[in-house]
Amino acid sequence: MAHPLRGSVAVVGIGLTPFGELPGRSHLEIMGEAIHNALADAGIDKSQVDGIFGSNFNDPLGAILYPEYFGLKNIRVMDSTNIGGSSFNNAMQDAAAALHLGLCDVALIAYGSNARTATRRGGPGFGRSFDAPYRPRQPINSYALAAARHMHQYGTSKEHLAHVAVSARQWAQKNPRAFMRGPLTIDEVLKSRMVVDPFGVRDCCLVTDGGAAMIVVRADRARDFPQAPVYLLGVGAATTHNDISQMPDLTVTAVAQAAPRAYDMAGISVEDVDVIEVYDAFTINTILFLEDFGFCRKGEGGPFVAAGNIAPGGKHPLNTNGGGLSCVHPGMYGMFLMIEAVEQLRGTAGDRQVRDAEIALCNGNGGYLSSQITLVFGTAATL
Amino acid sequence: MAIKRAAAFEGPGPDAVYGDHLKNGKFRIQHCNACGRNFFYPRMLCVHCGAADWVWLDASGKGTVYSTSVVRQRPEDGPDYNIALIDLAEGPRMMSRVTDIAPADVKIGMAVEAYIGDLGKEPLVLFRPAGK
Repeated sequence: MAHPLRGSVAVVGIGLTPFGELPGRSHLEIMGEAIHNALADAGIDKSQVDGIFGSNFNDPLGAILYPEYFGLKNIRVMDSTNIGGSSFNNAMQDAAAALHLGLCDVALIAYGSNARTATRRGGPGFGRSFDAPYRPRQPINSYALAAARHMHQYGTSKEHLAHVAVSARQWAQKNPRAFMRGPLTIDEVLKSRMVVDPFGVRDCCLVTDGGAAMIVVRADRARDFPQAPVYLLGVGAATTHNDISQMPDLTVTAVAQAAPRAYDMAGISVEDVDVIEVYDAFTINTILFLEDFGFCRKGEGGPFVAAGNIAPGGKHPLNTNGGGLSCVHPGMYGMFLMIEAVEQLRGTAGDRQVRDAEIALCNGNGGYLSSQITLVFGTAATL
Repeated sequence: MAIKRAAAFEGPGPDAVYGDHLKNGKFRIQHCNACGRNFFYPRMLCVHCGAADWVWLDASGKGTVYSTSVVRQRPEDGPDYNIALIDLAEGPRMMSRVTDIAPADVKIGMAVEAYIGDLGKEPLVLFRPAGK
């Protein structure tokens, strides 16, 4: 029997801000533009929102700040769980459960950040840590250690990593919203300024401003909204650690646990996936996730991306907006990958549209490869 | 009926005690009497089995580099430095720096030895290549 959450909720509204630089605006102001656009896209008024889901490193009590700031008077469900950049993907799971149980009827998931233009750079870190006194340059350092181990164990090369960055840029060139759209070659990635070996600056995601929001409702009323609903077919979550020193195997992420849960709920296998959106904070992420999703065997992610599989025209289009590497990365990217999946499944992605996309596979990553949330979205035809 | 409170729940917690050991020149990790395994960083309950029945164990200081990286700095911020993950002979893995060698020359699989040093603040367990 199908899982009760399969297809039980749908995204009926999405909103974005411009990406890049939004000087002079606070993260709440940026968030406001995204929320305004998401409500308009869904054709509803804020008074209908009764579930708030969102987190931000600036807002420890976000789920009571946002209703106050945005004047949401009818809130019945509050969730500002912060598990890093995947918080919003986790929020999708929480929102689906809350909607399905009738705890709320209209869920708003939202995020905004002025990470690029804010004068204060960097965060306080993620709490008590026995890693922090050694002064790793976080979060880059944790991912660099994972890359070094993958390279040692499987022969993954810096060229393999560079293919991830170049593929992301090729997609970004098709997306007018993307922040970095200039040409980028493998050689330029390899010669980019070293930040934390083995990563150069082009192995690392952008730091931009930007906001995103989405409206989620139960499937039984999803067709009452103006846009084609995009249904949540499956979701799976897992965590392996907080600090990188506690990750059991730096070459295997919690996606290896989360993805099978999501596939089971959705009733799909990797062969059914038309488009992939993952949290590419660093080039190694994409390689690890492709392996842990099951698109290739463990250790073969490097050659898999170098063969052109994920680039425009490839068999497994991935990060079709340009990803965190070339499109947008305002501190936390989890919202943006879901919104790109929705655009692909609505068929509104313009030059970067994947033809006949019916099923999108998403993965949000949080912390230092610490939390992984896999989501499967589908069109009405997949119900 | 009174339940006997585990000794682990009396007095200063393992985080503070670990720090005191380091200040006294000792690198100690925790050994679980219930499951026989060792753990680091310091915790109230065994990370493997959850027991509160553990004792302090002198670490041998022997370790192997599990992964390694180099933090590149602008010259005005100081020299580049190593950040590594070390697998201790006793089992646990920890973050540290391997010193007394160029940061890029630290290799995965290299045998290293612990020493207690500092990076300008509290005492810390650092590593250098074994036998150096």
